[in-house]
Amino acid sequence: MQITLNNRLEELEGDRLTVSELLKVRNFTFKMLIIKINGKVIEKSDYDSAEIKEGDDVQVIHLISGG
Amino acid sequence: MTNDQIKKLLSTKTVGIAGCGGLGSNCAVALARVGIGKLVISDFDSVSESNLNRQYFFRDQIGQKKTVALQETIQRIRPETRVVLHAVKLDPSNIPAIFGSCDVLVEAFDLADQKEMLIETMLKVFPDKPLVVGLGMAGWGKSDLIHYRKSDNLYICGDEVSEISDELPPLAPRVGMVANMQANVVVEILLTMARG
Repeated sequence: MQITLNNRLEELEGDRLTVSELLKVRNFTFKMLIIKINGKVIEKSDYDSAEIKEGDDVQVIHLISGG
Repeated sequence: MTNDQIKKLLSTKTVGIAGCGGLGSNCAVALARVGIGKLVISDFDSVSESNLNRQYFFRDQIGQKKTVALQETIQRIRPETRVVLHAVKLDPSNIPAIFGSCDVLVEAFDLADQKEMLIETMLKVFPDKPLVVGLGMAGWGKSDLIHYRKSDNLYICGDEVSEISDELPPLAPRVGMVANMQANVVVEILLTMARG
């Protein structure tokens, strides 16, 4: 399936992925993240159930210390 | 818009700044210089010597509350900018009241968990209010990695990878780049809003 990940078109295996699976596949290892699917913030407790489908707009924001 | 129209418009705007460290102090000064009417600044900390490598404070301000020191500096630059101080630790219970009246909010915290708390709170309480965050500015060089991206009302400035550590300290040039980039995004949001 094709999704938009952080404003870039990306091709992923399969036609559905949970947020947890996406994080694993893409090696997102940061502990503190904010994830939005089509503009909606996904609660951490829903990472195992929230699904990403063809055409979704996914934003993964790493929270990094410094300022 | 002419320069006079731009100045007139910005003088009617209120910008919130959550944190007065490296990002917040530099961003606030840039926003005061362009003539923002009101700045709502918040920080519970005091100025220390180690802050002077990147934060917009002076040696003779060591020991002062950061909010008070920053207000003093802004008044010296542009007394017409009204500065509202909140020397408190921000949390989900006080953020809505402190920043509710702001046209745009700048996230200028140091620690990742605080950034997360602010972003989550704002997305929940004020999903339509523009929030300009600074993510990733430790170290030096790598100027080409610093970028800007937008996700709905969340505006992200920084390289999104460089986390502070003992080998990668936050330093004035790169922190200043991101702080000024945040100020630049704020001005763009306010002027774009005006155009409708």
